[in-house]
Amino acid sequence: MVNIPSSIDDTVPAAEVEDVELYHPHSWWTTYVFSQDAKVIAIQYSMTALAIGLVALVLSWLMRLQLGFPGYFTFIDAERYYQFITMHGMIMVIYLLTALFLGGFGNYLIPLMLGARDMVFPYANMLSYWLYLLAVLVLVAGFFVPGGPTGAGWTLYPPQAVLSGTPGGQDWGIILMLTSLILFIIGFTMGGLNYVVTVLQGRARGMTLMRMPLTIWGIFTATVMALLAFPALFVASVMMLFDRLLGTSFFMPAIVEMGEQLQHGGGSPILFQHLFWFFGHPEVYIVALPAFGIVSDLISTHARKNIFGYRMMVWAIVIIGALSFIVWAHHMYVSGMNPNFGFFFATTTLIIAVPTAIKVYNWVLTLWRGDIHLTLPMLFALGFIVTFVNGGLTGLFLGNVVVDVPLSDTMFVVAHFHMVMGVAPIMVIFGAIYHWYPKITGRMLNEIMGRIHFWVTFLGAYLIFFPMHYLGLLGAPRRYYELGESAVNPPSAHDLNVFITLMALTVGAAQMLFLFNLIWSLRNGKEAGGNPWRATTLEWQTPTTPPPHGNWGKELPVVYRWAYDYSVPGAPEDFIPQNQPNSNRLSMENAS
Amino acid sequence: MAVVLILVLVAVASVLFHLLSPWWWTPIASNWHYIDNTIIITFWITGFVFTAVVLFVAYCVFRFRHKPGNQAHYEPENKKLEFWLATVTTIGVVAMLAPGLFVWNQFVTVPKEATEVEVVGQQWLWNFRLPGANGQLGTSETRDVTAENPLGINKNDAAGLDDIVIAGAELHIPVDKPVKMLLRSVDVLHDFYVPEFRAKMDMVPGMVTYFWFTPTKTGTFEILCAELCGVGHPQMRGTVVVDTAEDYQTWLQQQQTFSQMMASGESMTVN
Repeated sequence: MVNIPSSIDDTVPAAEVEDVELYHPHSWWTTYVFSQDAKVIAIQYSMTALAIGLVALVLSWLMRLQLGFPGYFTFIDAERYYQFITMHGMIMVIYLLTALFLGGFGNYLIPLMLGARDMVFPYANMLSYWLYLLAVLVLVAGFFVPGGPTGAGWTLYPPQAVLSGTPGGQDWGIILMLTSLILFIIGFTMGGLNYVVTVLQGRARGMTLMRMPLTIWGIFTATVMALLAFPALFVASVMMLFDRLLGTSFFMPAIVEMGEQLQHGGGSPILFQHLFWFFGHPEVYIVALPAFGIVSDLISTHARKNIFGYRMMVWAIVIIGALSFIVWAHHMYVSGMNPNFGFFFATTTLIIAVPTAIKVYNWVLTLWRGDIHLTLPMLFALGFIVTFVNGGLTGLFLGNVVVDVPLSDTMFVVAHFHMVMGVAPIMVIFGAIYHWYPKITGRMLNEIMGRIHFWVTFLGAYLIFFPMHYLGLLGAPRRYYELGESAVNPPSAHDLNVFITLMALTVGAAQMLFLFNLIWSLRNGKEAGGNPWRATTLEWQTPTTPPPHGNWGKELPVVYRWAYDYSVPGAPEDFIPQNQPNSNRLSMENAS
Repeated sequence: MAVVLILVLVAVASVLFHLLSPWWWTPIASNWHYIDNTIIITFWITGFVFTAVVLFVAYCVFRFRHKPGNQAHYEPENKKLEFWLATVTTIGVVAMLAPGLFVWNQFVTVPKEATEVEVVGQQWLWNFRLPGANGQLGTSETRDVTAENPLGINKNDAAGLDDIVIAGAELHIPVDKPVKMLLRSVDVLHDFYVPEFRAKMDMVPGMVTYFWFTPTKTGTFEILCAELCGVGHPQMRGTVVVDTAEDYQTWLQQQQTFSQMMASGESMTVN
């Protein structure tokens, strides 16, 4: 242990516990497959999430082909269309975005950015991944069982989700979907408790909470929220499974289905919606907060400037996290719940706009008077700002209860949530992969392929979803296999749908280039060195790159400063790593 | 520089698209032009913010992009600026929320003189019921639904016998008279949605939901189902005709009451 005299920096407390010995793998299997190393688990999570995400991408192509060219592709019938949209939505929200941000980035970055050797419960962390993989396999199994996967829409609203008029309702589809969600939540809880305890207990000496990078604040807050929100989805899934399999009536009132009286009675379909959205709204921020955190660090690093208003940013994350638990019924303004709830939920929803807007201001004020390097992570961060501001502002339409009435259940909603929790967070995911790939592999991703990928993805996605709002404003309802003859489907709207479909195919194709780049650069990328972006945070200060099991070699890092000492006046370089003792000491040393 | 130009283009093209696009709401046919006005206010405020932020980012990239020798300014916080930005944002939010809640209050306050019209959804068609001569609807129950009585109207409730039942056909309502739509479903969630009326509401089995509006224009309008209700969801269409008072009376005279319907149903089974 290095003993640092308190005269030099008295803000670093003594170590409270001895450095712990990690489990050392003995074989190839325990090193790379059943690994307890958070970094390996992170890569397993990420690759599984990207693989299932690819399925979701193909599903989106198929549904866009139907909407752009209705009737052309005879294999896409109404049943399949609804199965495609349902699986696309659920995969993207849960199995890709949640898994990638928390299981992927959370696992990789929490120990490294905090100066820890690993998560505090490595074994539970490993189980978390294997349960996630099992959940994904159960989900995919839906495609191969009689009746196919459920076509109830990703919101799975009963009673239709468990009735015969919906694909998979009386077959295997809905059962597999609910089972998969239950497995996912059990697996997530194991990982999630790990992330929370590691952030609270596993930080290096000197890494106070208010010195943590915003990436960690975002992931940490999102994990706490997920631990509170997912149980609502868990119980809703169990209750619906009971309704479907055991004949209970939690969500099932008296029903006459196709002329036949069912044996259910007394249940409430709206109860499910409350449970679903009590999970579902925080879920939006479970995806958004890690993105907020990561993009703050990308902007700061690549603009060579401290994040503007760090403390305000931390509080904004925490306040958004807390408020997001009392806004859920803004998804239910026209659900038939007591309309007086509208006053409360519209108010809380619009209040959330204030801390969110502050975050946007602080991002753009970080650019102001910066030294902006237009690297790939920076480009994606700029793409995030544009798409997030756009998608966030249309949220003010839908959150404002009376404005929501004509727009809810239309393509406006589809456009809004894709922009704000699809495109914007995915911009951050790409930016983050371009940013941290050099740490993970030791090589840079190819710049030219990256730039093509960025421009096609950013502009293409904007061209898909910006005009789509206007279809909704026109009145086109969502979840329509075909609109046919209607006042809300004039010939011009059909032309727009063709355009959107062509854009969707193009943007999808650009992702193939990205995947190719990921593989190609493993061998052919430029050597990165340990800290190619000249960044301050701890993961860039590891003794070797990629970092080995245990991350830090013999000695754990000690933290002397916040994560944002970029372009400090008088400093010899435009960044000072977090583990570098303070500048007084430096200047004293230089002077002597 | 390409980055700057494209960012400016995104902002400008978005505004131009909004102003010039042919895709705009259908001509309104109800009293809810207040909703349209609130949408317009929201478009102005959000459009301004979007354009300002994107152009500001473009300017920052233009002015502060890396050149050799540049150094970023070091300024961790600026409390005054943050305070002002938060205040201005709060004012903007209030400017949208206040008219929104004001109109919502009207939306949830049903006028006393509104006549009741019942809509009953089933996979995948629309049925309707109007109060008969006594001016009130009889009770109903999903358990009472049969092939002859698709709405499940209670046969033992005298108030329901004169109700007018329109099974799977067009609904007519008189112009300029407020109506309270009472919404029921006998199977799954549906949603009564006429784009020209602006209002919509889910129909939930096991409960009665409602909304009100005043049709202000005569004509024929399409009813769409706006809540996913199974594979037939896109085919679940209906028609509502807004009539002048005279046309409405003519139409009303031709409709069957519940007791007439039951009688003809029985005579059909006898024959």
